[in-house]
Amino acid sequence: MKSRLIKLKPSGTRIEVVEAGKGRDLLFLHGAGGHMLNDPLLEALAGKYRVSAPLLPGYGRSEGEDGLRDMLDFTLHTLDVMEALDLKKPIVVGHSMGGMIAAEMAAIARTEVSKLCLLAPAGLWLDDHPVVDIFSKLPFELPALLFHDAEAGKKLMTAGSGNMDDPEFLKQFLVTNARRLGMAGKILFPIPDRGLAHRLYRIAAKTLIVWGKEDALIPAVYGETFRNAIPKAELVKIAKAGHAVGQEKPDAVLKAIRKFF
Amino acid sequence: MKFTWFHLMPWPHMPDDFRQKHRSVWVDLPNRMYEPERGHGVYHQYLDQLEFAESVGFDGIGVNEHHANAYGLMPSPNLMAATLTRRTSKAALVVLGNSIALYNPPLRVAEEFAMLDVLSGGRLIAGFPVGTSMDTNYAYGTIPALTREKYAEAHELIRKAWAADEPFAFNGRYTKLRYVNCWPKPIQRPAPPIFIPGGGSVETYDFCLDNTYSYSYLSYTGYLRAKLLMEGYWKRVAERKADESPYRAGFAQVICVADTDAEAERIYGPHVSYFYNRCLHVYPGFADAPGYRTVKTIQTGALSQFTQSGRDYPNMSWKDLTENRYIVAGSPETVRQQMEEMIKTLRVGNIFCLLHIGDMPDDKVRHSTKLFAEKVMPHLRNLWPDWNNHDDRFWVHPMNERVALKAAAE
Repeated sequence: MKSRLIKLKPSGTRIEVVEAGKGRDLLFLHGAGGHMLNDPLLEALAGKYRVSAPLLPGYGRSEGEDGLRDMLDFTLHTLDVMEALDLKKPIVVGHSMGGMIAAEMAAIARTEVSKLCLLAPAGLWLDDHPVVDIFSKLPFELPALLFHDAEAGKKLMTAGSGNMDDPEFLKQFLVTNARRLGMAGKILFPIPDRGLAHRLYRIAAKTLIVWGKEDALIPAVYGETFRNAIPKAELVKIAKAGHAVGQEKPDAVLKAIRKFF
Repeated sequence: MKFTWFHLMPWPHMPDDFRQKHRSVWVDLPNRMYEPERGHGVYHQYLDQLEFAESVGFDGIGVNEHHANAYGLMPSPNLMAATLTRRTSKAALVVLGNSIALYNPPLRVAEEFAMLDVLSGGRLIAGFPVGTSMDTNYAYGTIPALTREKYAEAHELIRKAWAADEPFAFNGRYTKLRYVNCWPKPIQRPAPPIFIPGGGSVETYDFCLDNTYSYSYLSYTGYLRAKLLMEGYWKRVAERKADESPYRAGFAQVICVADTDAEAERIYGPHVSYFYNRCLHVYPGFADAPGYRTVKTIQTGALSQFTQSGRDYPNMSWKDLTENRYIVAGSPETVRQQMEEMIKTLRVGNIFCLLHIGDMPDDKVRHSTKLFAEKVMPHLRNLWPDWNNHDDRFWVHPMNERVALKAAAE
């Protein structure tokens, strides 16, 4: 999949955008882990849509992480990127942290986001169902948290080798992860709640919420909470899928999006 | 040389199967293990030991701040230092320190340190650590990637608050105060000497040099492993063309002194084992929250002692720990030789002596402390003759005598 750098005005910040496919515009916002290598979800979406998937500062080749500190910064930044890409009434799809940002965008800029798809979004907190603390996890613990099929997930995360103890993989992972999760921590640490619950009522977009039934990171019960708080929302739960629902069941997620929009 | 007797204040009642039953001594160890009634005695014994250290001639007595930590029972080091002001009169009170990014507003640190400096008659050394990831991020919820920016702002506020003679407004990103007005203010002007605990980032070296602060490396892994880090510091000092006063640097060391080397192993061995195997049993996932360190620092490989893999404390014998100088232990002569080597290799003027170790009982603590004070310390006093054993910039300036109290307002 190809990517290019765009420059934001007036800061001049350079942002990497992965672009693929043809069709209606779809803006994809990644989760705290960023894109996967040959991301199965992006590939599936690109089969039917013109996908633009910008990377947040701190991810890939995108710069400017020092300029973003809080939720409003992240939200306005992503609205700026959407504007710079000049997309036509895109379906805004966000996974996990990206879903949190997408929901904020739709709540704040309610006329600019008319089609919204949240894949296991972060942003809410239920005392009885605490979201797992991903920041203190060691690499080998991640596949089981993110995927229903941990073995398959491990292969996806290690670009096929499946060996998470490989020192070279670990070294690379440590550096990349510090940069990515360091950035994500600004809106997710120590508890992924920046007041979104009070703003969800403002969302005017037609909203599809998708959750993996076996999500071990943000339990599927959050799906109902989001659906009940967003005016025009529908919830689809997908069997045998974990938190990385789009990477684990790309075809099922694509089908749900096609059916809804 | 300046010797500070430093207490970590560990919980001494962790069970033998601690490592098997718990993943971490820090952050998520259930506090049901803590017994407050026993804690009462533990605190007072520890405070007695600090006071004892002054009486046998240590230059300073030291406390520090940890949270949700069974080996460091001082969430508020300032409370401990406050009790010490009442029953000591000579030693510097080394509070190493207050994690200034955690106080809201950080003006609280300016105020409490000023109180301590006034209470002690100008004997305070103020430490400003960024704080470990365990304390700062996991136990106190500070966002890792914003910790350093918050720290820098807190530092600016505290220094301005101490320097000002009139109220001023402070419009920070993290703290906004319309009236900053630090009552009381410290005896030592413009500020007490400031020590910065660091872990090897160039930014911290420069911060110390810019502000004339002493750089303190607090490790439990001994001076052989500290050599590389301290060489980096001195290299930076030279690059910046600053003078090479050894008092620009300090080092913490676990020390055990007995009459003979064999005796040291016999009487202190179990407590050293308790310290390395229970007190330092930290879950690696808590050691370094993503974003806490700059990517630049991670890439230089200067990782925290808690993240380095391959450190195998459970299988390290007394021989391993002493020969590799994790600990400096043995007869007074052995300890003297190794201390001298350490002080010279690292070029440090301040030593933070860890003479209470793990679950060491009071009599052994005092025995080791006394031997160090009487038979080791005097021989190490004059290792920096060029500096006359003192650098005014990096030590306390106590008031000479009490100012007479006037009668209350007529």
